[in-house]
Amino acid sequence: MIEKQVNQKAWFMVLPVFLLVAFSAIIPLMTVVNYAFQDTFGSNQFYWVGLDWFKEIIHSERFHDAFFRQVAFSAIILTIEIPLGVAIALAMPKKGWGVPVCLISMALPLLIPWNVVGTIWQIFARVDIGLLGHTLTQLGINYNYTQDPVAAWITIIVMDVWHWTSLVVLLSYAGLSSIPDVYYQAAKIDGASKISIFRYIQLPKMQRVLLIAVLLRFMDSFMIYTEPFVITGGGPGNSTTFMSIDLVKMAIGQFDLGPAAAMSLLYFLVILLLSWVFYTVMSNIGEESSNGGV
Amino acid sequence: MRWKWTIPAIYIIFILVPIYWLVNMSLKTNAEILSVFSLWPQDLTFANYMVIFTDPSWYSGYINSMIYVSINVVISVCFALPAAYAFSRYTFVGDKHLFFWLLTNRMAPPAVFALPFFQLYSSIGLFDTHIAVALAHCLFNLPLAVWILEGFMSGIPKEIDETAFVDGYSWPRFFVKIFIPNIASGIGVTAFFCFMFSWVELLLARTLTAVNAKPISAIMTRTVSASGLDWGVLSAAGVLTIVPGALVIWFVRNHIAKGFALGRV
Amino acid sequence: MNLSWMAWTLPTAIFFITIFCILVTMTIWEYKSPGGDPRVGVLRFETTRGDRVFVSLLGSAFIHIIWLALFPSISLWCAFAIALIYVCAVFKWV
Repeated sequence: MIEKQVNQKAWFMVLPVFLLVAFSAIIPLMTVVNYAFQDTFGSNQFYWVGLDWFKEIIHSERFHDAFFRQVAFSAIILTIEIPLGVAIALAMPKKGWGVPVCLISMALPLLIPWNVVGTIWQIFARVDIGLLGHTLTQLGINYNYTQDPVAAWITIIVMDVWHWTSLVVLLSYAGLSSIPDVYYQAAKIDGASKISIFRYIQLPKMQRVLLIAVLLRFMDSFMIYTEPFVITGGGPGNSTTFMSIDLVKMAIGQFDLGPAAAMSLLYFLVILLLSWVFYTVMSNIGEESSNGGV
Repeated sequence: MRWKWTIPAIYIIFILVPIYWLVNMSLKTNAEILSVFSLWPQDLTFANYMVIFTDPSWYSGYINSMIYVSINVVISVCFALPAAYAFSRYTFVGDKHLFFWLLTNRMAPPAVFALPFFQLYSSIGLFDTHIAVALAHCLFNLPLAVWILEGFMSGIPKEIDETAFVDGYSWPRFFVKIFIPNIASGIGVTAFFCFMFSWVELLLARTLTAVNAKPISAIMTRTVSASGLDWGVLSAAGVLTIVPGALVIWFVRNHIAKGFALGRV
Repeated sequence: MNLSWMAWTLPTAIFFITIFCILVTMTIWEYKSPGGDPRVGVLRFETTRGDRVFVSLLGSAFIHIIWLALFPSISLWCAFAIALIYVCAVFKWV
């Protein structure tokens, strides 16, 4: 841990970043707040409606449904991807030709544009032309993600696992490879079991990176838009309409600026609260481990 | 644990099969895709790729994407370097809150910003330009770049700075001559991440462009909705969007694990 | 540059000016007495003045929203009063 100097001139180094991000973040945010209290009939004519949009959104079933779908989706994603990612990282080779092969092929899904991920899975899962859809149908399983909500959910979850588990794997792997061999040798001499090695050596070392993984996976799954939009378009019915999809439908599809803005603000407040909780937990754990001499 | 290698092996197969299916589709004719179900192309054709390479409305999408991604990477890295240095070396009024505020922008859903962005960039006359998309992507890439670089810089001992100042280096000269070479791998990783998130993003890029700067991903979604059935060309376009990513991974392969941990292991 | 698309209204302008004034006050306060008065409160980790302002603002926003969800017909000023009590509590104990 570096002892930091107090230096107010450091602000000048941060200022360009601050201005650039503020331009892209604060002006649009102010606009969203302004829209949330007004109604418009197009051509920049606005009428003050006070809190009506907020009341409408908070009590609308559409918002509740989208919100709960979103929470359920994020929860499912985290419970599958985090343990799976850790397990794969533990089983990965530590040296030899297997390492670059694993790293490169696992990083591949992360670099594919999100709508192409959607397209890949659409092509892969379609009943008529897709390998997955066709095989399942041949096996006699009734699978059609365009009509069956359960199949649509499973498809999107499997797709997200395909797309993002690698991030958890790579983070955990980086944490694991920072453990010196001496630790393992000492554990071997003590006759420690696999489970206690995991519990007392590997898990503490991975704690920080795992928190980053949970944070990133939670945030990105909470604002998922492109992939389900391409695969199911929010359907069948509204069964895969997550928050972002609903928001874009409302703002750009129906041009209901007021309700969309009110919903944006609620969405943003939830994200802000959760980010703050995660960030506080993360930086406190970081301080504890750095006090412990890491 | 002799069978331990099977777990990553199965996972890699799971990753590669859908990608293989995409490549497979891109090498088939549409007639074959819709009529016969086969695990490999019966009637190998490169016509789908020829469509993309000869039609400007397709290949200009790749050029547009490349342009705005490059601009974004350059802006993000250049602006983030001094800021990350400030965060890693000094404390100043509001530093922690500023850092948190930057991170919240990384976490803000782009859907919230899509519409005001459209109006903001229209009103300053930047709509449908590459620079507009590059600036919009700074919203999440700049905070990320600051975050990653700060992690790498905190690992550089402070004695390096102090020795350089004692030796009579001015700050800019020290920064360029001594500090930047020390965190070169960190800069590479940062550029990689900025590339990655700018390259994969669709919603803002699609909202901010119409014709001249339309990215390839937006052109693809339009094709899905318009003609709907040209699976061969769609697959070929998809395969071509994977190629730049794969090349970039190849260049950073030695730093990839540490990079994904954002320099914070 | 035409700003009419931002659709400013008096109440929202007042809201943002208030937030801005709070930020300026906090900066001046921090400059006059640096360190931000750190202490460990009921949340069991160290907070500074800035953290307490953030927790107050975010919490107040949620108080208003919950009020709207539970009692849509009663005036929001009641929620504002609760938020004020909440802010005092945050500055006292967090």
